[in-house]
Amino acid sequence: MKAKGSVFKYGDNVDTDVIIPARYLNSSDPEELAAHCMEDIDKEFIQKVQTGDIMVANKNFGCGSSREHAPIAIKASGISCVIAETFARIFYRNAINIGLPIIECPEAAQAIEAGDVVEIDFDSGLITDVTKGQSWQGQAFPEFMQKIIKAEGLISYINQK
Amino acid sequence: MGMTMTQKILAAHAGLAKVEAGQLIEADLDLVLGNDITSPVAIKEMEKIQAKGVFDRDKIALVPDHFVPNKDIKSAEHCKCVREFAQKHEITNYFEVGEMGIEHALLPEKGLTVAGDVIIGADSHTCTYGALGAFSTGVGSTDMAAGMATGKAWFKVPSAILFRLTGSLPKWVSGKDVILHIIGMIGVDGALYKSMEFVGDGVASLSMDDRFTIANMAIEAGGKNGIFPVDDKAIAYMKEHSKKEWTIYEADEDAVYDAVYTIDLSTLRPTIAFPHLPENTKTIDEIEEEVKIDQVVIGSCTNGRLDDIRTAAQVLAGRHVARGIRCIILPATQAIYLQAMEEGLLKIFIEAGAVVSTPTCGPCLGGYMGILAAGERCVSTTNRNFVGRMGHVDSEVYLASPAVAAASAITGKISSPEELD
Repeated sequence: MKAKGSVFKYGDNVDTDVIIPARYLNSSDPEELAAHCMEDIDKEFIQKVQTGDIMVANKNFGCGSSREHAPIAIKASGISCVIAETFARIFYRNAINIGLPIIECPEAAQAIEAGDVVEIDFDSGLITDVTKGQSWQGQAFPEFMQKIIKAEGLISYINQK
Repeated sequence: MGMTMTQKILAAHAGLAKVEAGQLIEADLDLVLGNDITSPVAIKEMEKIQAKGVFDRDKIALVPDHFVPNKDIKSAEHCKCVREFAQKHEITNYFEVGEMGIEHALLPEKGLTVAGDVIIGADSHTCTYGALGAFSTGVGSTDMAAGMATGKAWFKVPSAILFRLTGSLPKWVSGKDVILHIIGMIGVDGALYKSMEFVGDGVASLSMDDRFTIANMAIEAGGKNGIFPVDDKAIAYMKEHSKKEWTIYEADEDAVYDAVYTIDLSTLRPTIAFPHLPENTKTIDEIEEEVKIDQVVIGSCTNGRLDDIRTAAQVLAGRHVARGIRCIILPATQAIYLQAMEEGLLKIFIEAGAVVSTPTCGPCLGGYMGILAAGERCVSTTNRNFVGRMGHVDSEVYLASPAVAAASAITGKISSPEELD
């Protein structure tokens, strides 16, 4: 499984309140949530994003509230993968549980710039910046999490068990 | 190599004699919690699970508290979804408007969280119950759904940072100042994936409400959980509130910590987190410029408990909120509200020109009951000051203790109660 797309780049501590502001949490519809994804820090994101694009950020991505609406909004916006130096732990769980691919890779997260075209091989964890001609090895998921990802989320995994 | 307090609780709930940091385990759950924002998503996920029904109707708590009493039609639909689910599955601990409170103040008060428990909640501030010596942590809605169906959750066993507290807090300095000081010191990802274990002689001097506040904001340092040892005060609290059995776990003497910090409580000062991160802290003495404000909020799962309401009343008694300032006070549960009424605190607030609201998370997350306009500033006893957290993207939130918030309401700028004496 591979993903390839243009990069939207953000900084440290992107919190779930800016990913999807609480004023929209009276809905849990993925499309409705996606329509407001990132709007408090990047008003143009939702106009510009195309299916398959990639989000890259620095430290502690997804910090703050436990709202699963955050990875749901990102996934429904068309983003195929989030790369960050580190993720906040609840966001990390939520992304895996709903089947939004995420990869921790500090070197890639620091080097990749907005607008670069990036390709990710989920089987090997290899991240390639096609624009820059550079590659990095992302952290592979533990076997347990790979099983959840392969099952396309926690609920299917439970059903299979 | 010994285990930390958190590791011991997790080992016992995974049926293992020993666990180590980094190990993936599946643990039995004593309580699964959700609110009106996160439960509807979980309920939708539960419908996809083949094994129908909940694992134990007594071990699930559903607390509509974020947007209740319903703020709009969509919120009303969410609450209806939670209410119908609770009826269908005969959930014992569903708390309707009139009985509800802010979840993390309500559940300990109702005796549903005790020492030694493993608790997950689809709300990031679920870490609050560590004040009673439980392992409790925030998760998302899918984890909540899986927890409600199976009574189990997967965890990566965390390593820990040890905070050794000594001395006791000076006047007008509270648990909020302790945790803001710590977050300022280690940063908003300083405890990422880790436990924050609070020990030392200083713990005994902290009230239970102070401990709830400190554990509550472990997530603001990225922590998986915050936890306190179970002492006489914690036991007295559980005896007063709970009929559940509890188990006391203690860290091994040779437990290993990633870092150890010693904090002398007597040296702490009123501490304020400036926009837009809880780590942007300054003590009251370090604030040089005048920070004029428009609104004060006193409440939330962080600071809506009786100690907090009493402190606010102590500062506001016989004084008046500055002209043009809105001061909103939200006791966190019906019991706290009632007690505040009986002690005459509501009268103090109303005479001071503050408003007193029914329990709700509303303003903390920019839901309703105190939304900020562009350019407005709020001193708030809540837990997050992110961009747009309480309203307009160009508004600002300053996190502080109830004492500082109440003093600021009187002067119209960030102030310490010491300035009023």
